[in-house]
Amino acid sequence: MTWGSASEFFAMGGYGLYVWGSFGLIALCMAADALTAIKRHRDARAAHPEPGENS
Amino acid sequence: MLADTRFFTFASPPRFYALAGRLIPWLWAATALLAIAGLYVGFFQAPTDATQGDAYRIIFIHVPAAWMSMLLYMVMAFWAAIGWAFNARLAAMVARAIAPTGAMFTFAALWSGALWGKPTWGTWWVWDARLTSELILLFLYLGYMALVNAIDDTRRADQAGALLAVIGSVNVPIIYFSVKWWNTLHQGATISATTAPKMVATMLTAMLLMTLACWAYAFAVVFTRTRAVIAERERDAKWLNGAVPS
Repeated sequence: MTWGSASEFFAMGGYGLYVWGSFGLIALCMAADALTAIKRHRDARAAHPEPGENS
Repeated sequence: MLADTRFFTFASPPRFYALAGRLIPWLWAATALLAIAGLYVGFFQAPTDATQGDAYRIIFIHVPAAWMSMLLYMVMAFWAAIGWAFNARLAAMVARAIAPTGAMFTFAALWSGALWGKPTWGTWWVWDARLTSELILLFLYLGYMALVNAIDDTRRADQAGALLAVIGSVNVPIIYFSVKWWNTLHQGATISATTAPKMVATMLTAMLLMTLACWAYAFAVVFTRTRAVIAERERDAKWLNGAVPS
């Protein structure tokens, strides 16, 4: 195991801002990309709802 | 259904729509498992780098994102060209569905590169060949998206987009070979087909797991967006309304 404690883990040997700044913002961007795609599909299906459709 | 499955079976938007809908939950499950495994190996198994300290761990998202940015562009240009050449509806829709995800990965590569460059090179950005050509890739994605959205006639928009995508694909080998062709601050290729990997096995494992996670993610999101485009373009078709669960 590389890390002695949780605070050591989050400090990333002094590079915490760079490492978590990379992973954090990219995780947000990936989530936003996925959610906009899901919403776009949902909106397209909702535009012409058919009775009995299980959307 | 399997009895009449042929090579072009899933080029039919209704068939593809149904198939993609079934695959998407599994793709998300694969994304989650691979990302958890990759992050675990990357942050808890891989050792601290002797020269870069823990800043090097940015590689576990930087390299997969950069690979995806180039790969998705080539896939987008390929399907756009197929859609244009053969008037294949689904191919043109897939090309459009790829662009936002490709742009997102390009931004991710640039962003993580800047945050990696600051502590190791001492600068967020330099106008060298690798970084500049990757920035041009981002503009190509954004230009493609703006172009296809600016033209109201769907087929004309797809054709104009295909032309831009195909011409722009010349940039991808320039990105890839930029570190060989020019002197740049950026290091050479991380993984090469001709030489043994120069990294610790755990580092390589983490990077490959994260790459597979990005692949699964890209399939999941692109399939979802392709289904959205199909639903938008075929919203009056009978098959969509009632026949297929969303």
